[in-house]
Amino acid sequence: MGSISLRNVRKSFGTTDVIPGIDLDIEDGEFVVFVGPSGCGKSTLLRLIAGLEDTTGGRILIDGKDVSDAPPAKRGLAMVFQSYALYPHMSVYKNIAFPLKMDSQAKDVIDKKVREAARVLNLTDYLERRPGQLSGGQRQRVAIGRAIVRQPGAFLFDEPLSNLDAALRGTMRIEISELHQHLKTTMVYVTHDQIEAMTMADKIVVLNAGRIEQVGSPLDLYRTPANLFVAGFIGSPRMNMIEGAEAGKMQAKTIGFRPEHIRLSQTDGAWSGTVGVAEHLGSDTLLHIDSDEFGPITARADGDFVVKSGQRVFMTPDKARMHRFDEKGLAIR
Amino acid sequence: MATLHTRASARLMMAPSVILLFVWMVVPLAMTLYFSFLSYNLLTPGAHNFIGFLNYSYFLTDPAFLMAIGNTLLLVIGVLLITVIGGILLALVLDQPFWGQGIVRLLVIAPFFVMPTVSALVWKNMLMNPVYGLFAWIARGLGITPIDWLADVPLFSITLIVAWQWLPFATLILLTALQSLDGEQKEAAEMDGAGAVSRFIYIVLPHLSRAITVVILIQTIFLLSIFAEILVTTNGGPGIQSTNLTYLVYAQALLQFDVGGASAGGIIAVILANIVGIFLIRLIGKNLDR
Repeated sequence: MGSISLRNVRKSFGTTDVIPGIDLDIEDGEFVVFVGPSGCGKSTLLRLIAGLEDTTGGRILIDGKDVSDAPPAKRGLAMVFQSYALYPHMSVYKNIAFPLKMDSQAKDVIDKKVREAARVLNLTDYLERRPGQLSGGQRQRVAIGRAIVRQPGAFLFDEPLSNLDAALRGTMRIEISELHQHLKTTMVYVTHDQIEAMTMADKIVVLNAGRIEQVGSPLDLYRTPANLFVAGFIGSPRMNMIEGAEAGKMQAKTIGFRPEHIRLSQTDGAWSGTVGVAEHLGSDTLLHIDSDEFGPITARADGDFVVKSGQRVFMTPDKARMHRFDEKGLAIR
Repeated sequence: MATLHTRASARLMMAPSVILLFVWMVVPLAMTLYFSFLSYNLLTPGAHNFIGFLNYSYFLTDPAFLMAIGNTLLLVIGVLLITVIGGILLALVLDQPFWGQGIVRLLVIAPFFVMPTVSALVWKNMLMNPVYGLFAWIARGLGITPIDWLADVPLFSITLIVAWQWLPFATLILLTALQSLDGEQKEAAEMDGAGAVSRFIYIVLPHLSRAITVVILIQTIFLLSIFAEILVTTNGGPGIQSTNLTYLVYAQALLQFDVGGASAGGIIAVILANIVGIFLIRLIGKNLDR
């Protein structure tokens, strides 16, 4: 019902190649997240799938059917926009009913579907309001409601949470995940926030400069990043990278180890350093350490590990969870 | 204390301009009101007797009065229809990216800068003249008898001239409104399966409603008092076929020298304009509340 395949899809604006050529398969029912820094082409890729942009080359298949030249409405997809793109002069009810009305469905069928969607999304009390009278989270839910009433083959989300505050973003993340489990429909989700990607995705597609760096499940990417870019992008705080003699000892150009894979001690360890800033999060403490050997290193310590700025600490990296990269930045396995 | 002083001196400073504006507005109105109750004709010098509402009953029962009201309304409604519909279409065209957009936009706005008397004369002599006008030339080229526009369809001709002048204004306001429409909204509607026509009806037109309201309100204010175009083309004629309220008051005062009657007509025109204004605000003003 909602498998999407990209076959050597290319896009250029004028002479700039935004996407030089991408192959990707999205299975039916999967929650796929496109993640990457701004300007990496992830939104463009989503708009190509939606049909809002024309491809320069290559083919897009939905359920095995070539839709590369089909208009957006004929692709059976629904999209939630970053700005929500609600129709400001229509009530919430009419907003959600709009796609059904355009599909010329019967009035009572529309009414049933709209009320069902409103119930699922906790919008029943707001059906008569205008979008302008709603909070950010409610608008977001109306936008999702407008997408789900059509029962599309797949949902496309274009950075839907970036306009919400941190607390609301956390709640909406869970709501969207629950919605996915409930509907079991394919979802393609674009974000620059790797936490959203890690928490929601079945499959993450890491994009950089229009190319796919790695595709895999969140834990795959976390445990076995294919290259330096993915290693640095996935995981928060980001992985520590060390070049030079220490890396050479392990037959690598660069070695990387995550802040949470460093054992800290006040008495002894492999490396030593001075604590610069200690961020106490309660459950754990993030230490920004100026190490004697390699400069700044971030380490995640247990919440009970109490150190102050300026104090000496010793670090021992977990060798089994160390990542090694060659001259091209590719992982050595 | 300090603020009290500041306030008092501020009032003192503002007083001259406020008084000037007030007097400027009230004195003519009061004098018009006063004249409207007098028997005051410039051709019969002597005492100006107080004659009560005689001027009003004379003006209101004048057969030209109803005709003038009808002409005024036809003119306003005709021009509004042409400018709003034409303005929306032009704005839609100008919103598309095409080669030479800047120059075309400039040309579209140009008629607004031409003063009414000049544009009316250009239309009268260059375009609508039955002998050497452009329209007559085209008609002869097609083998049709040329229409004598200003004699046969005077009110329609004036409507055309005035609409030509106001079309740029409507286009400009509607174009800016069109450009403020969120692109994602159009894309969302596209994803929702709305075709070009549905997108226009359900997304673009509601978005334009406020701008359309502004266009209608502002234009109505000016269109109720059209005068120059009539004066230089038809002089209200033939007969009174193109006489509107403004022109009737002018004819009363400066052609028949009846100051009293013209003043009464002026007051009636003010009252009628206010009635139209109240209707408009009731009818479409709620669009502005959003």
